[in-house]
Amino acid sequence: MTQVIAPTPDADDAWFWKGVAEDRLLLQRCAECRLLRHPPSPMCSGCNALAWETLPASGRATVYSWVVSRHPTRPDADPRIVVLLDLEEGVRFVSNLVDCPLEDVRFGLPVELVFVDYDGVRLPQFRPARS
Amino acid sequence: MPASLVDQAAIVGIGQTEFSKESGRSELQLAAEASLAAIRDAGLTPADIDGLITFTLDTSDELLLMRALGLPEIRFWSRTPHGGAGSTTTILHAASAVASGAAKHVLVWRAFNERSGHRFGQPNAAAPPLGWNWYLPFGLDTPAKIYSLTFQRYMDAYGLTNEDFGRYTVVARKHAATNPNAWFYERPITLADHQASRWIVEPILRLLDCCQESDGGVALVISTAERARDLPQPLVRLRHVVDSHLMGGHVMFNYYLEDHSRFEECHSAAARLYGESGLTASDMDAAMLYENFSPVVFMQLEGFGFCGPGEARDFVRDGHIELGGSLPVNTHGGLLGEAYIHGMNNILEGVRQIRGQAVNQVAGARHVLVGGGRGAMILAGD
Repeated sequence: MTQVIAPTPDADDAWFWKGVAEDRLLLQRCAECRLLRHPPSPMCSGCNALAWETLPASGRATVYSWVVSRHPTRPDADPRIVVLLDLEEGVRFVSNLVDCPLEDVRFGLPVELVFVDYDGVRLPQFRPARS
Repeated sequence: MPASLVDQAAIVGIGQTEFSKESGRSELQLAAEASLAAIRDAGLTPADIDGLITFTLDTSDELLLMRALGLPEIRFWSRTPHGGAGSTTTILHAASAVASGAAKHVLVWRAFNERSGHRFGQPNAAAPPLGWNWYLPFGLDTPAKIYSLTFQRYMDAYGLTNEDFGRYTVVARKHAATNPNAWFYERPITLADHQASRWIVEPILRLLDCCQESDGGVALVISTAERARDLPQPLVRLRHVVDSHLMGGHVMFNYYLEDHSRFEECHSAAARLYGESGLTASDMDAAMLYENFSPVVFMQLEGFGFCGPGEARDFVRDGHIELGGSLPVNTHGGLLGEAYIHGMNNILEGVRQIRGQAVNQVAGARHVLVGGGRGAMILAGD
């Protein structure tokens, strides 16, 4: 059983985790200049506007980098494939690759979004693209 | 006011405790012992110290350290954020303080029980602190995993294997083997030993690619170059010290920078370090490079211009970084061989090399680069 550390939503990212609870991967976009940003920030680095909106991510991404941890201690007792993704929208996102044999992992692998519950902790995860 | 920190300050004293796996005393005591040793090494007394600098992560309180050492008045104190990649930042703060006149003699310390107390290498099982929601829930709970996402791209870009990284470890342990101060004194390893150590993050890091976890403390005293001339130790001038932190980093790492096959902050720091000091990589006689993990040495060799992109593998393989090579690196054994005092013990070795007091002395060392990755300094003699 994979045990995960639950996120602790804060004032700048609670909306993201609310989206995850509703099976949506939301990205933050400046309401003025439309610059996407991740991780979230209260101010746009491009134009310094405070107003922002959310954009549902398509869920399509490619693997930029990946690791498998075999450090034999909790809470990651079951090795997970950790991936650094390039989301189709143009921002990087850390997640896990599921339903994928280790030998199939490679840079540039097209993946798609799924939501997985780990003992009550719901996380956005990715699997090799089927479409 | 000077236009930059070029030739404004000097490191006049260094001190340390023994490096161990269980110090048997408080972190505050380690800090006090190392600090007193540095003050005495500088030929000063506690009453001369009027500045204090450490890491934000250090547990020892400034006022408690003042009470321990008997420092009558502090006129400048500050702390530097993040981890060991910011180790050289403490020296930048200290140089700024003495160059501006805010303080005369600044004490920099870092002391912890990082093996017998809180171990950095153990998985973080706590709720994510601010900013870590994007990493801890996904299993990035140790530094080895966190940095390996970047190392994997570097390896792929230039065709390196874990065995290539092992060649650095062999050198670090070789240097540590003749350093009585090192935890791994008289314990060199072979590449086969490295390859036999267990995977921590496959296929990137084995156990022997990881820095130690250590108990201990180190301290330095920084003064102006002018005052340094009146003090007893051989002059160690701070030719320059720079930091470079780029947007695209987040928490402690740089996932949001475009290209992970190069250490971008290292390149931008190097450009100012050399450009403003008038020195180049070829002027350096030795380098002390922060290495929480062996791949960082390779990325810094390229970032600081000791070789071109992708050339570090052959630079290490050809023996350049060993004693007797063109650029001996981490002559004390570094954080893998000597101890992990958050990078600060690498700065001490740079000072010893310039003074001519290192156990593995580089003959005639005139310039030593000490790199933290996101910052660096050049030390020079008189």
